Amino acid sequence: MTRLLPGGVALAILALLVGGALGALLWTAPAIDLGALWADAYLRHVISFTIWQASLSAALSIGFAIPVARALARRQAFPGREAILRLFGLPLVIPTIVAVFGIVAIYGQVGLLNRLTAALGLPTQQYLYGLPGILIAHVFFNLPLAVRLMLPVWQAIPGELWRLSAQLGMRSGQIFRLIEWPLLRQVLPGVAGLVFMLCFTSFAVVLTLGGGPASTTVEVAIYQALRFEFDLGRAVLLALVQLLLCGALIALGQSLARPVTLAPTPQRPHDRPDLAPLGGRIADAIAIAAGTTLVLLPILAVLYAGVTGPIGVVLGDPRLWDAALRSLGVALAAGVLSLAFGWAMLLTSRELRLRRYRPRAADAIEVSGSAVLVVTPLVLGTGFFVLLSPIADVFALALVLVVIVNAIMGLPYVIRVLGPPVMRVAEQHDRLCASLGISGWNRFRLVEWPAVRRSAGLALALCAALATGDLGAIALFGTQDTTTLPLLMYQRMASYQMEQAAVTALVLVGLCLLLFVIIERGVGGRGRA
Amino acid sequence: MRHTLALTVGLLCAGLAAPAWGQTPTLTVYTYSSFTAEWGPGPAIEKAFEAECDCQLDYVSLEDGVTLLSRLQLEGVNTKADVVLGLDMNLMAEATATDLFAPHEAGLSHLTLPVEWTDDLFIPFDYGYFAFVYDKTRLAEPPESLDELVNGDAEEKILIQDPRTSTPGLGLLLWMKKVYGDEADAAWRKLQPRILTVSKGWSESYGLFMEGEAPMVLSYTTSPAYHQIAEEDDRFAAASFTEGHYLQIEVAGRVATSDNAELAQKFLDFVVSPGFQSTIPTGNWMYPVIALEDGLPPAFDTLVKPEEALLFTPEEVAANRKRWIDEWLAAMSQ
Repeated sequence: MTRLLPGGVALAILALLVGGALGALLWTAPAIDLGALWADAYLRHVISFTIWQASLSAALSIGFAIPVARALARRQAFPGREAILRLFGLPLVIPTIVAVFGIVAIYGQVGLLNRLTAALGLPTQQYLYGLPGILIAHVFFNLPLAVRLMLPVWQAIPGELWRLSAQLGMRSGQIFRLIEWPLLRQVLPGVAGLVFMLCFTSFAVVLTLGGGPASTTVEVAIYQALRFEFDLGRAVLLALVQLLLCGALIALGQSLARPVTLAPTPQRPHDRPDLAPLGGRIADAIAIAAGTTLVLLPILAVLYAGVTGPIGVVLGDPRLWDAALRSLGVALAAGVLSLAFGWAMLLTSRELRLRRYRPRAADAIEVSGSAVLVVTPLVLGTGFFVLLSPIADVFALALVLVVIVNAIMGLPYVIRVLGPPVMRVAEQHDRLCASLGISGWNRFRLVEWPAVRRSAGLALALCAALATGDLGAIALFGTQDTTTLPLLMYQRMASYQMEQAAVTALVLVGLCLLLFVIIERGVGGRGRA
Repeated sequence: MRHTLALTVGLLCAGLAAPAWGQTPTLTVYTYSSFTAEWGPGPAIEKAFEAECDCQLDYVSLEDGVTLLSRLQLEGVNTKADVVLGLDMNLMAEATATDLFAPHEAGLSHLTLPVEWTDDLFIPFDYGYFAFVYDKTRLAEPPESLDELVNGDAEEKILIQDPRTSTPGLGLLLWMKKVYGDEADAAWRKLQPRILTVSKGWSESYGLFMEGEAPMVLSYTTSPAYHQIAEEDDRFAAASFTEGHYLQIEVAGRVATSDNAELAQKFLDFVVSPGFQSTIPTGNWMYPVIALEDGLPPAFDTLVKPEEALLFTPEEVAANRKRWIDEWLAAMSQ
């Protein structure tokens, strides 16, 4: 029984937190005149805009990601390929607000592009605020993600297919149509669904680049209803709408996306018959250069603006260091909580699956860990607000709430990263452990930890980095005394102190990456394992 | 692992620890960000008040005036505010309804406001008229009425503020209502394409305006004085509208749950004294509520003087604000 305990306790706490928040929302909901709010033209606009921008963002991200991924798959060995793949991992961990700053610096009214067009004597364009800005930012985040998710497709194409296509004298277009596209089509629903979901619940991007009520998503509208208007009724209704939509989307995604197993097969780059033609080389070079530029420019802009900004003034401001310390605390606490909860759930699910032959119960536990994707930070936050505000000062609890929200948000990552090695270690070593009588602490120390520490390090690093950049929960609960780095940066950007914001961005991104690397290496023990 | 854990706990404690309170009493004043900015009146007022109160004055600065009200509503009796400075007359009835404010005891017989002041809870600290401020070098023929603005060239962009967060934003909403009445909704729909962006606070859109993002911004008739005096720049002017300009009276009040009631009252007395009021014309760039010994700076003589001051009563605003804002949201998101 004790083996079921960790996951049971974790699940119970999770259910209490999420259930409490959602229960509070539902409890408050009956007092709302649903009919009147549904008739609200603004609300209808917000919902349709949310869906519209997420569809466009997903279509653009995936549409551009396919040629970039294909080019990277075709050119297996060129100098800098590794660096580009690593660069494409960055948007996942760098705080959204930092990337938004970089995007403003490139595409804004006084950004790099407009300065270039002005230098060429062309009229400058004002397009960043509103839908275009939102789309640019979403493509920045999701194009590299989609590329990384799609690349395994090419690794899974068996070498025989390439030889066959060479014998048949297939050209590049035919190869794409007959070999690559059918495989790609299997993973696309999953990738597109994920990107759609990320854009659907996007908060910081829309908050900063939305530019008014015409470009507001449900997530931002929840925040505005609560913080702008103190309209609890509207906030609760919007939170429920968001919950329903996300739930429906995930259910839809589950039924559409069949699990695809992509096992990499050994292959040599020259196996493909379509590598030599000059046209293909040029097209690939353009695709890779364009994708890289898109991701690299805003990041360089952040670095440049940060390094040339008023470093002394910003670093001399004690508020920056208070905020940095709070962000560090939030990141570590949320990361450790996430890892502990996820791990506990995985241990119990493994026990159920392997020793008690209850795969359904095991699945249920793992799914409940990932199902928190249905609740967004603002939905959870609104729930906590409704739940706690009658009995406590929620603003005094701001950091605790931010830790809880981010710990819950990190769970799906922990389950995904840590799940396979945790399962594998039992499959491989359970019998040996049983015959040698290794159990308890010794088993953890000698068997489990060495096998999973790398994944545990990665999971913790990921959760910590994501929590460092949080601007959802803190925007809802943050006050002057609980400002974290992303909130401080947002305030500076919002009051148009771009130079101070630039240095703050540099500190924030530095903290985030440093935390990621130190945890991944320190806990994951890279090189020593 | 154990070290990591110890480190985590240690950092967490450091990160989450509450700020230490000093020995001297601290007066916490909630206000808006342009008031406490380096170039705003906040720093000078803090210095002047601390010199005579033997206390510490702490500002909590929020984006703009309407956020002050939402924040108080969110915090309820848990609020840490002793004094709230920066609501305006339009929000007074709703602020009164929160039951969070205590009566002021400041003597107000010396006020020189354009209207008579009778409120028990709030005292006025400055006033001004909303106006669209434009860059003369970019806009040769500014609109001469609100109607010309509404029906004007949609390519000449304007910057406004959100009425859900900002008192100028709310002011424009009421201004439009005063001028157009039931037709305001249609007027907003016409104006919408002309709006470059709707910012949360006044500082943001004025910042964008100064960066040259748009040739016109919603501000005050007094804003050009700032450029004339502080920057010796004559480029900016306020467009005078024939329908009249909406009057804003900014107010302060003390919070009933405050542990520093005496200090809060002292601060309210200070607000209507020359020490505070003399910083208003060239600090907050508004009109003071008392006659200053040295009068107003000469640059103020060059400003637009509205022929008619438009004003709803606080009760009218309280009764309709939510409905009007919903109308505005629908019009703006068309």
